[in-house]
Amino acid sequence: MPFLGAKRWLLAGIALAILASYFTPQFNRYYLGVVIDVGIAIILATSLNLINGHTGQFSLGHAGFMAVGGFFSAWISLQVGGTANAIWYFPLALVAGGLLAAAVGLLVGVPSLRLRGDYLAIVTLGFGEIIRVVAQNTEAIGAASGLKGIPKLTNLGWTFGFAAITVYAISALVNSTYGRGFIAVHDDEIAAESNGVDTTRTKVTAFVTGAFFAGIAGGLYAHHKQFLSPTGFDWLKSIDIVVMVILGGMGRTVGVIAAAILLTLMPEVLRDFSEYRMIIYALLIILLMLLRPAGLFSFNFKRRSHS
Amino acid sequence: MDWFLQQTINGLGLGAIYALIALGYTMVYGVLRFINFAHSDVLMLGAFTAFYIAPKIEKLLGSQSALACIMVFIVAAALCACLGMLIEKLAYRPLRNRPKLTVLITAIGVSLLIEFTAQNEKVFGAAPQPFPQLLPERAIHLGNLVISSNDVLTVGVTIVLLVAMWFIVQKTRVGTAMRAVSYNQQAASLMGVPVDRIISFTFGLGSALAAIAGILYAIKAPGIEPLMGVQPGLRAFVAAVLGGIGNLPGAVLGGVLLGLLETFAGGIPELSNYRDAIAFGILILILLLKPAGLLGRSSVEKV
Repeated sequence: MPFLGAKRWLLAGIALAILASYFTPQFNRYYLGVVIDVGIAIILATSLNLINGHTGQFSLGHAGFMAVGGFFSAWISLQVGGTANAIWYFPLALVAGGLLAAAVGLLVGVPSLRLRGDYLAIVTLGFGEIIRVVAQNTEAIGAASGLKGIPKLTNLGWTFGFAAITVYAISALVNSTYGRGFIAVHDDEIAAESNGVDTTRTKVTAFVTGAFFAGIAGGLYAHHKQFLSPTGFDWLKSIDIVVMVILGGMGRTVGVIAAAILLTLMPEVLRDFSEYRMIIYALLIILLMLLRPAGLFSFNFKRRSHS
Repeated sequence: MDWFLQQTINGLGLGAIYALIALGYTMVYGVLRFINFAHSDVLMLGAFTAFYIAPKIEKLLGSQSALACIMVFIVAAALCACLGMLIEKLAYRPLRNRPKLTVLITAIGVSLLIEFTAQNEKVFGAAPQPFPQLLPERAIHLGNLVISSNDVLTVGVTIVLLVAMWFIVQKTRVGTAMRAVSYNQQAASLMGVPVDRIISFTFGLGSALAAIAGILYAIKAPGIEPLMGVQPGLRAFVAAVLGGIGNLPGAVLGGVLLGLLETFAGGIPELSNYRDAIAFGILILILLLKPAGLLGRSSVEKV
């Protein structure tokens, strides 16, 4: 019963979100901020996991989609203004940001997903950079100096609500009959194609869905930090998300969520070693690939074996 | 017209550097079929090696002398060649028969490791540092045109290296072996070609070219810093794809074309803000219209 697993996540996440929102005023602001960071990281990692993990493509441009969603939803909030009707327009702004990110994802995906491996990585990296350059030159969103004074609308409820929806939607998608196509493409593209899977379409679907949720995460991020700068979405941000997916084991939802939590908390705990953070990241990537290419959290209970 | 010629000259200087870097990408792709992301960091290390050894060599051979300059190039190229071979041996060789994606991710890891180690205050530090002048710089006036002696040096060094590369790849035994490995690794191995050693040599050669390109780039750049290799590296990669990856003359053609396009775009005010995006725009276009590149032959996928 694959659906049960996914539904469990949705219910648990929404229950957690409601519970957490209820206690929000009692939390220390710093911890609250970190917990929201964790929630956003879960959305980003889970959505990238659909592209890089389940479907076996390699995108290095996830921060670009996050930027599209973030800037667009922040721009909407600034146009609407005020926190009075936030409960109505905030989710709409987030979804609008997600939809624009998905549209950009479609624009990027259709030409580039005919490519494989290395090429796709470079093209997505390139698109991420193009998005950054365009953001830097667009006056409406503050050009190079960025967007300031975004209302603080992100709270625990919205963050974990959307995180639960993301995890649910992606698990349900992958576990559906249609979603088997993603895994087929991952395992063997040629075999999938000869069995009637429209591989390009499957890849584009994965890409657009991933971009949509990355856009939502970007919107949450924008209304959490209250400031957006185009340089904050460079390819290092994409690498952050990629490391979460690799560490968790590509295509393993639980592992990826665990890795997202771990990697968001790690810099907070290791503040004194912040200058070594990226060196540790890099070593982690190399050692994982050499020693445990299936991810850190892959023990014997793996559900399916990857080639 | 003058503007056009002037931009062409500047573009050739830049394009020559891209061509040298692109050669390294294309050669490694030829033998191993993956993008060596760490290539752009070898370029940075080449510049830093020159930065540290130049004062010492100039003390021995005289400041800003041609001999000292040549020695700096040779020492930096040799050190980076060793480094390239070391990276290949430690990080890529154990993954020889693994899925492509694993190797690609490892390459990104190696690249990040070098960049962030170099950015650490105890190593090079993240702040840009002025690069020493290796040769006295002069501006040559030709009518209304100004040609920097550095551009002449860049283009001259590039041409010499390209001829040397052509000779190595086409006329020597090791070059023949390289072509054999690139054509069919397994068959080459059966014919007695020491595949591991040839791949190692290819990495060394590519890294030496990257180091020299790094020094040439550093001479023109305002300063050197640990991330200096990223942008030229990405553009050179685009150049390699533009020319047809795995194809040596294609890499040179792609590099020169990209250098010219970028300089022309930089000279037009409306486009100059989008300079960084141009290379990627070209990459996307070429992959859409002619995925095998300008000089590449498209291959039929066998099932």
